[in-house]
This record gives sequence, structure tokens and C-alpha cells, in this order.
Amino acid sequence: MSAEQAITAEGIEREIAGFVAGRVNAEVPADQDLFASGLVSSMFAMELVVHLEQAFAVQILGDDLKRDNFRTVRAMTALVLRLRDAEQPADD
Amino acid sequence: MTANPPSDTIAVFGAGVMGRSITALALGRGVDVVLVDVSDTVLHAAETDIAQQLRHGRFMGAFPGSRAAGTLKTTLSREDAAAATAVVEAITEDSSLKARMLAEVSGLVAPGTPLITNTSGIPVAELATSVRRPAELAGVHFMNPAYLIEMVEVIRGPRTGEDTVAAVFSLLERLGKKAVVVRDAPGFVTSRLLHPMINEAARIVSEGTASVESVDRLMQGCLGHPTGPLRTADLIGLDNLADALRLLAERTGNTAFAPCDLLTEKVRRGDLGRKTGRGFYDYEGVLS
Repeated sequence: MSAEQAITAEGIEREIAGFVAGRVNAEVPADQDLFASGLVSSMFAMELVVHLEQAFAVQILGDDLKRDNFRTVRAMTALVLRLRDAEQPADD
Repeated sequence: MTANPPSDTIAVFGAGVMGRSITALALGRGVDVVLVDVSDTVLHAAETDIAQQLRHGRFMGAFPGSRAAGTLKTTLSREDAAAATAVVEAITEDSSLKARMLAEVSGLVAPGTPLITNTSGIPVAELATSVRRPAELAGVHFMNPAYLIEMVEVIRGPRTGEDTVAAVFSLLERLGKKAVVVRDAPGFVTSRLLHPMINEAARIVSEGTASVESVDRLMQGCLGHPTGPLRTADLIGLDNLADALRLLAERTGNTAFAPCDLLTEKVRRGDLGRKTGRGFYDYEGVLS
């Protein structure tokens, strides 16, 4: 499990960019709008949600489940970091 | 409208791809659903899938925020559908299975309850011969995912009654759908056009004219198709598509409509599209 080393913003960004690139068959800059560029379909959008939840052990609920949080690799990274910080157990 | 109307419960028969998607649509729109299937395993999988689809719908802004989601009851018992305000049939695309199921349900529900078949191409008139009150049967062809695609095809059979059409429209309004009404014929409009196109796309691939990706990219980039025919096929489910093409070939007498070898072969191997993780494309086992 690579969760330990992926906790840095850089590691998370790299993981997400790798996942997206693998699925859309193209390199994806961290600030590229994935929806506007048509790279991400409505079906793939939900796969992104599920992937982030599984890869980083977070739950994306309620108001966080909106497209703006998934628009770019950078936005997804920020979301994951915020959710991980919020969920960090005290005994760690 | 902000409050949910009192006891608005529809019954959905069949917890496969379309049954789940239609259930998610109804729940997201605040309509309660009794989902009936013959398999407990399928119902369990459906519950998880429907929860995920509800999230997907919310994520895409497909449901009005002001409305509480409907409640879901899954059941193996047909009798639980008896009090429904409408019945949606979404079982396997097999004429005799559908006829038998609709016959039983028409004996359970109160007179005046619309029976809606979600068949993609079996003529409504054919199914109407087996129900108790043929005037109450109509076709509504939902597209997958039903909670995201705004338009549906409504099929008015030769015996479908005025009241039934009105009740169907009332339900579709509660579900936030736009509808186009067509007359009864094998494959109606959308399947008659789309399914042979997918079949031809598969033939083009097996003849080596172009790759799966190239066919889809051309149809998207040149002809404005939103996803391309082969990606659409994976979303429909290749088993369902092969069944529908067979029905279309039988009922029109046009043998070119019969599923091509590549499609038949994929179905035989169990590569049925997104729902099994592989079809014309590979989905790496992620959410279907």
C-alpha cells in the first residue's frame, strides 16, 4: 500500500494524474479543465470519485460531491488533502 | 413543487442495468420504489449500485436539490407491487418472459394503474395480448443512464388508452423527463436506428476497416454522436443488444439486423460491456 508516501500533495497529484492519463490515453496537465476539454465523460466522472475514495481512503459526501472539485487534477488533489486532514486520527 | 406528493410509489420489475437506473432516477426525484427481482443476489448488488447512481446523479446535478430522495424497498415478492401507482417492466429482453410477467402483474394492480414496458423494441401490441386490460399498457423506452438522459421515447400501442397516456405523462413529469410519442413498430425509432448502426460499427471493426476507437472518434468528431456507437454499446450491455437485434431481425424480416459475429462472440465470452468490466473497451473493473 502506497498510502504512506502518497500523503504529500505531490504524491497525490502524481497518482491522480497517472490514473486520469491512463484512462484518457493522454498526458493531462494538473490545471487542465477536464470537463471543458471533453476528456472526462459523465460516466468517467463518477469513476474518478470512486477511485479517489478507494486510493486515498476518504469519503466524498454532500457538498464536496460537486463537479468543481473534480474539474482539474489540482482541484482533486486539494480535495483529497482537505478530506485527509479532516479525517486524520489523533493517535497517528 | 417542494414537498413530495403523498404515497407516490412505483414498482420496477427487473433489477438489471435498466431497472437500477430507472430506480435511481425515481428515488432521486423523490418517488418511492418497490424493486422486484427473482434473485436475492441481484437485488443486493442492485442496492449498492443504486446508492452509487444516486450519488452520480447528484454529482451531475440531475436531481432537484429541494427534494428528499424516495425510499427503496427491494423484494422477491410480486405481490409487493400491488399498491403501486405505476409499474415499470425492465426484465430481460425476451418477449415470452415479459408477456408472462406483465400478465401476472396486471392481475395484481388496481384497474387504472399504467403498466409500462421498458422494452427497447418488442412491439407493445404484441405484449398487450397477454395483459388483463390492454388499454393500460404503454411503452417508455428509457436510455441508460436513465437519471442523466433527459429524453425518453414513449410508445403508444394500437390499444393503449387515452387515460394511460395521460398517466404516463404525469409520471414522466414527476421524473423530470421530456418525451416524444411514437407509434408501435419493431425497434420503434431509437433502437431501429441505433442498434443496426452499432451492429455495422462492429462489422467495420471485424473487417479491419478501422479500430474501435477510430470508429467512435469519427462518429463523435464528424457526426456529433456524444459517445460513439461502440462505447454506447458497452453502456447498453452487449447481451441485451444482441437480444434486441435478434428481435428486430425476426420482426422486420431483415436478416442484416441479426447480431454480427463479433458481437455474438463477445456475448459468448461474457464480455458484456461496462457491467462486466469489458466489452468493446476495457473498464478495468471500475464502477459500471
